[in-house]
Amino acid sequence: MDIFDKYQTLAARRAQLLATGTDPFHLEIEDLAGPCEATIAGRRTILLGTNNYLGLTFDPACIEAGVEALRRYGTGTTGSRIANGTYAGHRALEAELAAFMGRRAAIVFTTGYQANLATIAGLAGNKDAIFVDSDWHASIFDGCLLSGAKVVRFRHNDPEDLDRRLERNPTPGGCKLIVVEGLYSMFGDVARLAEIVAVKKKHGAFLLLDEAHSFGVFGARGRGVAEELGVEGEVDFVVGTFSKSLGGIGGFAVSDHPRFELLRVAARPYMFTASPGPATIASVRAALARIAARPELRARLWENARCLHAGLTRLGFELAAPPGPILSIRLPDERSAVFAWNRLLESGVYVNLALPPGTPGGACLLRCSVSAAHTAEHLETVLDRFASLAAALAQPLAAE
Amino acid sequence: MPAAMTTPDPDRLLAEVSELVARFAPPGAKLERTTELTSDLSIDSVAAMDLVMEIEDRYGIDVPVNEIADLVTLGDLVDLVARQLGARG
Repeated sequence: MDIFDKYQTLAARRAQLLATGTDPFHLEIEDLAGPCEATIAGRRTILLGTNNYLGLTFDPACIEAGVEALRRYGTGTTGSRIANGTYAGHRALEAELAAFMGRRAAIVFTTGYQANLATIAGLAGNKDAIFVDSDWHASIFDGCLLSGAKVVRFRHNDPEDLDRRLERNPTPGGCKLIVVEGLYSMFGDVARLAEIVAVKKKHGAFLLLDEAHSFGVFGARGRGVAEELGVEGEVDFVVGTFSKSLGGIGGFAVSDHPRFELLRVAARPYMFTASPGPATIASVRAALARIAARPELRARLWENARCLHAGLTRLGFELAAPPGPILSIRLPDERSAVFAWNRLLESGVYVNLALPPGTPGGACLLRCSVSAAHTAEHLETVLDRFASLAAALAQPLAAE
Repeated sequence: MPAAMTTPDPDRLLAEVSELVARFAPPGAKLERTTELTSDLSIDSVAAMDLVMEIEDRYGIDVPVNEIADLVTLGDLVDLVARQLGARG
């Protein structure tokens, strides 16, 4: 027996995907020309699947801050936060994030994945129960498993189902932690946070909100969906990432809980990994300042999202949610989704291909993410390519 | 509302759970205690969790997610449901 034998089904599906053209899950970007254009397979390509919501990856102030930090502090910290990896920049970013989010404290993590892993596994223990939305991100799933807590899934964005499950799962000697996302990354739908907060209060639970995709995008100041819906005061812990609106890599958690800082000595994914590099910290600090100073970026993003949503709807595509930074197009099956993804790429538009089991309910999706940096010309070209795709999808695929 | 509030006998439980599993399995698939959820029915890890959610609603129970990963056969699933129903009393 070979150690990889257990992946036979996965290997067969992968081989089938590779046979259709380019590998959708390891696409090589050869060069970049700003936040929204790249060279892929020698072709100029519009990027419509990068989560670069505010287009800050090429912001001159962010780049300069990163370059200066590289020169001054070097390429990496070579140690964890609890050893030699806490620089003044890490502390400064934490203070700035706490202030931006209007919270007592913030903790920075090396990746967004680890932010959920560390926060969830640090907060919940084996006497606690975690109640988690069924459309969870892998980092939430893994954090739940790592915690050792009892994990109960509730139906996606269904506060009534959450209520029932909280009711029938008492936690004698332990606590209840609800985990939801502000903006769900696959379908682009928004959490019913006001109702979830009411259920949370009824059961005396704690609430953790992952604003990975909604930070910088929702709310008057860009704090996320909780700000947008006016329930920040009822959210106990907020997790976010640097790799989307902030254009870097890393993550954070903020809270008003007076003992929140205990996570620094209890959360293993925080303690046992090297801290984020100086250039990342510096560019994220600059990006955070940009988000605070330039609300027009958010306005532009929403304008683009509405434009693209309307255009795709006019072309007859079925979108999974109302206009927002994530626009997911449902396709009937894996074959047509893979065909459509390849077709778009060949015509110079990159989107994300999302397939089961990585998607809820077995959905096959073309997942588009909109950026404030997309120009009117970008969107016009994109819609032109989608019009051609719609025509091709109207024909039997066997004819291709 | 949950359909059953007491533990059904093993054969009836197998029949009831099989009925729910059939919704996630290829049409006409043979469903026996030894049928493997992944290799025989192509029920992946996410679909397995969705299937368990249907079962939870049917019986008014909650199966901890931590235990779903250990399921291999339909029989394992039936036994897990029986344990949860027994624990509920």
